[in-house]
Amino acid sequence: MLDFLYSIFVGPFVDMWSLPDFLIQVLWEGFVSGVLYALIALGFVLIFKASGVFNFAQGIMVVFSALTLVGLTELGVPAFLALIITLGVMYMLAFSVERFVLRKLVNQPDIILFMATIGLTNILIGLGQWIFGGETKTMITEQLWLPTGSSVWEPGGGLVIFQHIDIAATVIAVLMIVGLGFFFSYTKVGRALRAVADDHQASLSVGISLNQIWVIVWFAAGIVALVTGIMWGARSDVSFSLQIIALKALPVLVLGGFTSIPGAIVGGLIIGIGEKIFEIYWGPLFGSGVEGWFAYVIALIFLLFRPQGLFGDKIIERV
Amino acid sequence: MFYREAGQYNTTYEKDMQVFPIKQDKIGIAIWLVLAYLFVPFFGIPGLEYGFAMNAIMIPVLIFTITTIGLNILVGFTGQISLGTGAFMGVGAYACYKLTSYFPDVNIIVLILASGFVSAIVGALFGLPSLRIKGFYLVVATLAAQFFLEWCFIRVGWLYNYNASGAIEVPQREVFGWIVTGPSAEPVTRYLVVLSILIFLAIIAGNLTRGRIGRSWMMIRDMDIAAELIGVRPLTAKLSAFAVSSYFIGVSGALMVFMWLGAAEVESFDVNHSFLYLFMVILGGLGSITGSFMGAAFIWTFPIVLKELGKSWFGINATVMENVSLVAIGVMIVVILIAEPHGMARLWQIIKQKLRIWPFPH
Repeated sequence: MLDFLYSIFVGPFVDMWSLPDFLIQVLWEGFVSGVLYALIALGFVLIFKASGVFNFAQGIMVVFSALTLVGLTELGVPAFLALIITLGVMYMLAFSVERFVLRKLVNQPDIILFMATIGLTNILIGLGQWIFGGETKTMITEQLWLPTGSSVWEPGGGLVIFQHIDIAATVIAVLMIVGLGFFFSYTKVGRALRAVADDHQASLSVGISLNQIWVIVWFAAGIVALVTGIMWGARSDVSFSLQIIALKALPVLVLGGFTSIPGAIVGGLIIGIGEKIFEIYWGPLFGSGVEGWFAYVIALIFLLFRPQGLFGDKIIERV
Repeated sequence: MFYREAGQYNTTYEKDMQVFPIKQDKIGIAIWLVLAYLFVPFFGIPGLEYGFAMNAIMIPVLIFTITTIGLNILVGFTGQISLGTGAFMGVGAYACYKLTSYFPDVNIIVLILASGFVSAIVGALFGLPSLRIKGFYLVVATLAAQFFLEWCFIRVGWLYNYNASGAIEVPQREVFGWIVTGPSAEPVTRYLVVLSILIFLAIIAGNLTRGRIGRSWMMIRDMDIAAELIGVRPLTAKLSAFAVSSYFIGVSGALMVFMWLGAAEVESFDVNHSFLYLFMVILGGLGSITGSFMGAAFIWTFPIVLKELGKSWFGINATVMENVSLVAIGVMIVVILIAEPHGMARLWQIIKQKLRIWPFPH
C-alpha cells in the first residue's frame, strides 16, 4: 500500500528531479503538441463565436487541407502554386458550407447544426479518400522552406533535443495568433466579426451581412486548419488518423471556454503538457496509452466544477 | 383509399390507447412479422445468396436496429447527444463474455439480456455529468467514456481472460438443443434469436416512450427548465434515459459479438462506429422507434448496395464506391436535416397521410 502511494505521490517527482534534462524534453514535447491542439481549438472558437455552430468538421478540415496540398504537389504542381490552390479550395469549402448548409439551417436548434457538421465530416472524409487515396502521405517540408534538422542543448551535462520544425511551428502559431488578433482589432471586417459574435440581431441592424461574415469566418478557420495541417504533417505525416487526434481539441475547448481565443491557447497548452507529463511519469502505473483518454477525463472533471471553462462567458439560463 | 380509418370506432379507453389503433396498421405489422418469421428463414432475400443475405444483411441490420433504438432513446427522446455508443456496446459484449465464462451452464439468451444491465450501470455513471452540463459539453463527456472504455478493453486483461490475442472469442452454447452461438451455429438460428430479442425490446421501448417515463424524457428534451417546474425530476429522467439507452446498446453489443461477429477486438467498438450509429438515428428519425428500423436498415445496406451496383454496372472497384457512399451518406444527412429534420420516419408518416385521402385529395 505504501509502495503504491509512493509511486503515485513521490516517485514521479523524484524521477523529475533526478533527470532535469529529460523533464525539459518532456515539457517541450508537450508544449509543441499543446500549441497544435490550441491551433485546432482556435478554428473551433472562430466559427463558434461568429455563427454559434459547433464545427465538428474542424479536425477533418485540417486533414483535408493538408491532403490537398500534398496531393497537388504529388501531381507535379509547384509547392507555391499548390498552396494558393489549397487556399482556393478552402475558400470554396467555406463558400459552399455557408451557401448550402448554414443558410438553409438558420434558426434551427444548435444540435441540428452540430449534426450537420458531422455529416460534413463524412463528406470530407469520403472526398479526401476518393480524390487523394487513403494511404499515409509525407508532408512537403522542404518545398515549403520549413527547417528540418535539430539542435542540441546541454544544460549541465544533460541532453535536450529541439527539432527545428517544432520551433518553427511555435513561431508560426504565435505569428498567426498575433495576426488574427490584429485582424480582429484593427480592420473593418474584424470589427464586424466581433460585432456578430456579440449579437447577431444588433449587427444585422447596423448593416453587417451575416452571410458574408460566415464565409469569411469559415475561410479563416480553413486557413488555420491548413497551417495546423502543414505543421502536424511535418511533425508526423498526413493521414486520416489525425482526425481522431483532432477530437482532442474538444477537451481543450472545455478547459478554455468555447468563446475565448486566449482560453483555447491556454487550454491547449495545459492539455498538451499535462498529457505528456502524465503519460511519461504516471503512465507506467496504469499501463501505457493513457494519453488517449487523459485529456477527456480532465475535461470531464473540470466540467463538473466550472462548466463555462477558464475564460468562457458565464452560462446564464433564462426562461 | 386503402389506408382509411373511417368506421373503426374505439369504444373503450383500452382500445383507444393501444399501440396500433388502426386496423390497417395491425395488418401491416402482421405481414412484416410473417415475412420476418416465415419467409426470410426459408428463402433469405430473393436474388441474394442465402448465407450472404443472412450474415451480411439481415443479422447485422436487426442488431443495429436495437442499437439505434437505444441511442434514439437518448438522442431523439431525451435530447442528450452521445458519441460513446461504440464503447457502451463494448461494455455489453465484454460483460456477456465474462458472464459466459463464470456461468457456463446458464442459458445464453438470459446472459445476453443480463449483460445489458452492466452496460446500463456504466451508462448511468457516465451520464452523471449530464445533470450539470448539456449540449456540446456532454459530447465531451461521452467522448471521455468512449476513449476511456476503449483503453480499458485493451489494458484490463481480466476483461478478456488474459488470452494472448486480446480478443474475446465466443464459446459454443446451446439453447433447447439448438446451437445458438459459436462457429457451428446455423445463420438461421442466430437470425431467429436476434429477431425475437429485437421484437421483445422494441415492444418494451415503444411502451416506455409513450408512457409516463417516456413523456418525462421528451419534456426534458423540449425544455428542461419548464419540465423541472412542472414536476419532472431531471435527475431521474436523465439518468433513467442513460440507463435504458445503455441497456439496449449493451444488449446489441453482446448480440453483435455473440450472434454475428463470433470474435471481437477493440476495433469493433471504436469512435467511428459511434458516428455510424448516430447517423442511423438521424437518418431514421429523431424520436421514432419505426425510424430506428428504417435508419439502421438504410445506413447498413446502402454502402453494400452501392458497392454491388458499382461493381456490376460500371466496373468501379470497391474502395472507390466505399468513398462514394461515405460522401453520399454525408450529403443525405445534411439534406435530411435541412428538408426533414424528423428523418425517414416523418416521410413515412407523410406517405400514410397522403394514402388516407388518395385518390380524392379533398
